[in-house]
Amino acid sequence: MGHSGKPIPNAGSGGDAVVNRIAVGAHYGLKDWLVQRVSAIVMAVYSVGFAVCVLPRMPYGFDSWRALFAPAWSKIAALLFIAALLVHAWIGVRDIFMDYIKPMGVRLTLQIGVILALLVYGLWAITILWSF
Amino acid sequence: MATPVVKSRPKNLNLLTIRLPLPGIVSIFHRISGALLFLLGIPFLLAMLQGSLANAESFSHWGALLTAPLVKLVLFVLLWSFIHHFCAGIRFLLLDIHVGVKIDAARKSSLWVIVVSLFLTLVAGVMLW
Repeated sequence: MGHSGKPIPNAGSGGDAVVNRIAVGAHYGLKDWLVQRVSAIVMAVYSVGFAVCVLPRMPYGFDSWRALFAPAWSKIAALLFIAALLVHAWIGVRDIFMDYIKPMGVRLTLQIGVILALLVYGLWAITILWSF
Repeated sequence: MATPVVKSRPKNLNLLTIRLPLPGIVSIFHRISGALLFLLGIPFLLAMLQGSLANAESFSHWGALLTAPLVKLVLFVLLWSFIHHFCAGIRFLLLDIHVGVKIDAARKSSLWVIVVSLFLTLVAGVMLW
């Protein structure tokens, strides 16, 4: 639903159902709703697993810390967490922008900036994990 | 064309006079902590991951950096952000499957989220200090 609650003028003449469909604002669309929850669960499972496996064996030295991320499955699990994190962050930040940033140009610029930052983070994470 | 219904209800959006109920506080904290995790948390996490995994020198360099009081303060804020976002998120997932949607239960679980996240942050903080 549009949080502004204002209908878009001249939003097409496709009948009442279409006219009243305001496709802006947070919480629009089942897909994003679901992605936000699935990514949350992926992160929660990884976080709890990490805490249970890693925290009791603190403190770590460099070698034992590195050995933790050495197996392929461990790298993939970490990358899965980061992928879920980036998708989750995108939907969350986009919702915040849609609620508070009303000028379309500013909002679009910020959104593009966030997408680029998240892409960089994703590539950065891959290079970190597969650099050793 | 449907004519839009113009509602002329009185609005009070003065943030200084609005008293937010507990579930509302959890909700806005969820948003604030999420924003903090995006702005500081992700770059911090990746920088730490890179620094700690690159080589032995950078591992100890980052270990030493984390003992600086200012860095620890940032770490605490991020730790609270993560834990609060986690606990509030679990609560939202439960609400999604209609657990605790009644007003009493929702208030109670909000209080639990706030208290448990502060407590866990404190425990983690003591462990890390």
